[in-house]
Amino acid sequence: MVITGLGAVAPGGIGIKAYWELLTAGRSATRTITHYDPSPFRSRVAAEVDFDPVREGLSPQEIRRLDRAAQFAVVAAREALADSGLAVAALDPGRIGTTLGSAVGCTTSLEQEYVVVSDGGRHWEVDHGYAVRDLYRHFVPSSMAVEVARLAGAEGPAAVVSTGCTSGLDALGHAAELIREGSVDVMVAGATEAPISPITSACFDAIHATTPRNDDPEHASRPFDRTRNGLVLGEGSAVLMLEELEHARRRGARIYAEIAGFASRCNAYHMTGLKADGVEMAAAITAAMDEARLGPDSLDYINAHGSSTKMNDRHETAAFKVSLGEHAYRTPVSSIKSMIGHSLGAIGALEIAACALAMEHSTVPPTANLHEPDPDCDLDYVPLQARVQRTDAVLSVGSGFGGFQSAMVLARPDRRMP
Amino acid sequence: MSVLDLPTLTRILRENAGADESVDLSGDILDIPFPELGYDSLALLQAIGVIQRDFGVELDDDAASAETPREFLTVVNGGEQPSAESV
Amino acid sequence: MTAVVTGIGVAAPNGLGTDAYWRATLAGRGGLRPLTRFDASSYPSRVAGEIPDFEAAEHLPSRLLPQTDRMTRLALFAAEGAIADAGLRPEELPRYGAGVVTAASGGGVEFGQRELQALWSQGKDHVSAYQSFAWFYAVNSGQISIRHGLRGPSGVLVTEQAGGIDALGHARRHIRRGTPVVVSGGVDGALCPWGWAPQIATGLLSTAADPDRAYLPFASDAGGYVPGEGGAILVLEDDEQARARGARRYGEVAGYAATLDPAPDSGRPPGLLRTARLALDDAGIGSDEVDVVFADGAAVPELDRIESDALTELFGPYGVPVTVPKSMTGRLFGGAALDIATALLAIRDGLIPPTAPVDAPAAEHRIDLVTGAPRPARLRTALVLARGYGGFNSALVLRGCNDTTDSEETAR
Repeated sequence: MVITGLGAVAPGGIGIKAYWELLTAGRSATRTITHYDPSPFRSRVAAEVDFDPVREGLSPQEIRRLDRAAQFAVVAAREALADSGLAVAALDPGRIGTTLGSAVGCTTSLEQEYVVVSDGGRHWEVDHGYAVRDLYRHFVPSSMAVEVARLAGAEGPAAVVSTGCTSGLDALGHAAELIREGSVDVMVAGATEAPISPITSACFDAIHATTPRNDDPEHASRPFDRTRNGLVLGEGSAVLMLEELEHARRRGARIYAEIAGFASRCNAYHMTGLKADGVEMAAAITAAMDEARLGPDSLDYINAHGSSTKMNDRHETAAFKVSLGEHAYRTPVSSIKSMIGHSLGAIGALEIAACALAMEHSTVPPTANLHEPDPDCDLDYVPLQARVQRTDAVLSVGSGFGGFQSAMVLARPDRRMP
Repeated sequence: MSVLDLPTLTRILRENAGADESVDLSGDILDIPFPELGYDSLALLQAIGVIQRDFGVELDDDAASAETPREFLTVVNGGEQPSAESV
Repeated sequence: MTAVVTGIGVAAPNGLGTDAYWRATLAGRGGLRPLTRFDASSYPSRVAGEIPDFEAAEHLPSRLLPQTDRMTRLALFAAEGAIADAGLRPEELPRYGAGVVTAASGGGVEFGQRELQALWSQGKDHVSAYQSFAWFYAVNSGQISIRHGLRGPSGVLVTEQAGGIDALGHARRHIRRGTPVVVSGGVDGALCPWGWAPQIATGLLSTAADPDRAYLPFASDAGGYVPGEGGAILVLEDDEQARARGARRYGEVAGYAATLDPAPDSGRPPGLLRTARLALDDAGIGSDEVDVVFADGAAVPELDRIESDALTELFGPYGVPVTVPKSMTGRLFGGAALDIATALLAIRDGLIPPTAPVDAPAAEHRIDLVTGAPRPARLRTALVLARGYGGFNSALVLRGCNDTTDSEETAR
């Protein structure tokens, strides 16, 4: 299963080129929230996308019909399709599948519509007469997978994968599985999220998950730094084209990377909390590495979950040590959430896109804003500056509410050991 | 001035986060760690939200990291140790 | 590697618990009622499949109540039932030997509505700390995993009402790749105003006021569907392990397929027929081996026509018994997981439950719809079909295990 096309809508840059420039510059796209008045909230920073749907080519009806998250996904999918050079019209529609990850679906539109039908929360019995015709499309996020599938004329299996903050990785893992089992030849797979809305701010405030570092928004997301104090919400989408290796080779496609291994585990511990030992994430890493038939010594880079919460960054550091042993200390680890924030269900796909680009350019993106390493986080986190180096095999991990832990290994197709 | 006593705290916890069936919350629990009382950090945060709202106080992050009811009450009450009467 | 169902847990509007549900279903006793959970008088649709007798505090620890939506409480009830029914002790399995895959549609909608109301009418300090996960689509998988210590590969799929089948199909993938147990299915519900208004907006809901005439799949007066709450959770298990521990096996997930309809303006045919064929191919059987079909039964005339055309094409006119027992529960957001449970119970007992209260299919539907009383039949293989809003099609082939057939033959 190989990646042959990429598309991205990210804070600080729409399109793969702008996205990669941002990541390698080590620049943070986090800022004071502009989508709504953030003044009542404890955390008032986020990594927002400057997104003009008209400029991105969406039609007036698409703009009316689609939630912001779906709009992101459509734009990212169009780029990925074009990037892959696949003539989808010539393929059997039934052999093209779609998976899209999203943790909170069309939450932005849902909240806006709720406010109208309830008249600002005045009525429990909401007035359906004020509902937009497409309200149900927002209500069940599977509608977003349909939108993406239509772009590729896909009539194979389609689904939204919604496992909280591992949705993006899990959607890609699911897609790879569908190709492996022979159900499809091509997958349009990715993830999208547009969670920056008052209800999201309110609930993350209530559990102190988001950072109160409001006076310095550009440096608010600081994974692995001693002074980190919470995540910074983000938004965006990445969509990838996946094909079976021979299918891609036959048509002479550019191959970014092979999805060589994927695994997920649950901690069965807590809906939001993590145990410090990281053993379940470590188990996911080990299983993904085993499937890729790669030993810890062959990893060139780890794209961390690195959410910038106190708990996560320690948990994850422990997981790397458990799964990779001494090699954890020798492998560069970075968190791009330092630059684009944490876009919940979308981030896993954005991170895999970043990994594919890292392999394409033999460059590892840095962890921005990491000035004072946490003594409990003692690995090489590639602080501040991108690093030109070999990137033939990379690992990306995710951890999410519900206890989900996922790991994916990308490798150059010719590098994999028999 | 003491704004919160132990019975009120346990009532708030019970009402807003439930109560572990195997724990007696009416006993001497001032120094029993919250996890042993069946309460995780989310339960505490839920209680903090209610206390801030209903008592009109602002609580900093120290309250959320309190390990026992005594520590929690001390933070909430601005450093004042919970007295025997308030227990 | 063969995946078999060894445990069933049900929470349905016409029966809480598998036995109560199955007895009601065979008796043709439905659970559709005028809505009581909220004042529906201002809405054009006022009938739903409510579960009347579920007191969460009787079934769940107190600590779970403030942090769960009703649909999660029902899911935890069903999961506990399924695991107990399977005689499974998760703590005796390998550490990562059991996963959870569930279907979701709207998430914990009632919980979410309460918190949205708190935010917009009272302010952000009134929003529950539990809102951060209680409403989201992954919550049932997460809570089931935590409650039963299930640490294996897990997942959550959203394909609206096709989701329950997709969850089982995905669970089978995990089994085939070496996870011996996956707890899977779908339990959902959105019986609150904020869950109701979006469904009304689809124009697919029945507006009949009489619960006995509100949801009539394939009938000449089919006029839309009625939503229900609840669903089923199943224990899917590697057959070798199930045999080794002497577990009762309800049946095997023998075939699965999913597709998406073409775009409405494409002029291409709907995908349901193709999906059914793919699932039969996956099971390695021909249509002549199917003994019963549990149909999607949208009760929307055009959708019913698409489905009866597909069945007629595949099996010939009146070629196989067809039933839609969800006429007694309403269509469940958990996505046909309950139909899978029902099909397995039908195979076990050799009884096809009726599509009550439908008297007969409309003449244009040339299908052998089981109505009235349950129909005795020797059942080995069942095909379950489901569709999700937006064009999702899913099909599952279930095959009774030899032990079921053996016992049946012994009985004869």
